[in-house]
Amino acid sequence: MMINEALLLSAFLFVIGAFGVLVRRNAIIMFLCIELMLNAVNLTFVAFSRVVGIEGQLFVFFVMTVAAAEAAVGLAIIISIFRHYESVDVDNFNLLKW
Amino acid sequence: MSLVIQAGAGRELGNPRGAVVTDVLFYVFAALALAGAMGVVAGRNPVASLLSMVLCLGSVAVIYVLLEAHFLAAVQVIVYAGAIMVLFLFVIMLLNLGHDYKPDLRVTLWLIIPVAVSGALFAFLARQLRGADVPLDTSGQAVDALVAEYGAIGAIARPLYTDWVVPFEITGILLLVAIVGALVLAKKRV
Repeated sequence: MMINEALLLSAFLFVIGAFGVLVRRNAIIMFLCIELMLNAVNLTFVAFSRVVGIEGQLFVFFVMTVAAAEAAVGLAIIISIFRHYESVDVDNFNLLKW
Repeated sequence: MSLVIQAGAGRELGNPRGAVVTDVLFYVFAALALAGAMGVVAGRNPVASLLSMVLCLGSVAVIYVLLEAHFLAAVQVIVYAGAIMVLFLFVIMLLNLGHDYKPDLRVTLWLIIPVAVSGALFAFLARQLRGADVPLDTSGQAVDALVAEYGAIGAIARPLYTDWVVPFEITGILLLVAIVGALVLAKKRV
């Protein structure tokens, strides 16, 4: 199957996700873009599993678990931030800015 | 899904029409995945972004099927497009972000920096991944043999419960920590 094309697609998806994190200021959409990047890496793992072996698909399994845990904790953080600032725009969160 | 499996089977039997169907499906769903990803970045309404994300995840699940990772395709749809995206949607609903959002994608000269960074990143990734012409078997016969012997789920479950059982158990602890952490963080008063 077309492994090179799948790898190129995953590079595109990863870069779109990275661009979204850099450009958007809405915390939830930045978070969605991080999920997009994780998904692109998963696609790379699956494509390489055709070459290297079944372990590639196993790692996707672990990445999905980490993504689920990360989504739960990250969204909880976003909720508690929203309680303080009444906003999810990261421009408002400048406490650690030097 | 059965159409795709038949297409893959046709390709193995040397039927050129099956290979063509697989190729066409790949390009259609690759285009859909890219469109969904761009919709995530460009969408003004968070709910619209989220639905684009579901489109992207579903298309990637189809590409998993084309790469013969049937179990992962099912997990992708159930866990990613199902559970995680519903979690996002619930948070958007909880914070009432569906309306009175202000546009945060400002088109200014500063946009040059992220564009340049992403362009450089893509050049790097494309070069690395295109250069990955490893002198190995790319037909995927090793994986196909495992799947034929143990089934789509058994082929993953067997190494998961033998060689990778310690990471698997640690994953359970990770999920427990995530549950407790999410509860503590989102609770009104600690």
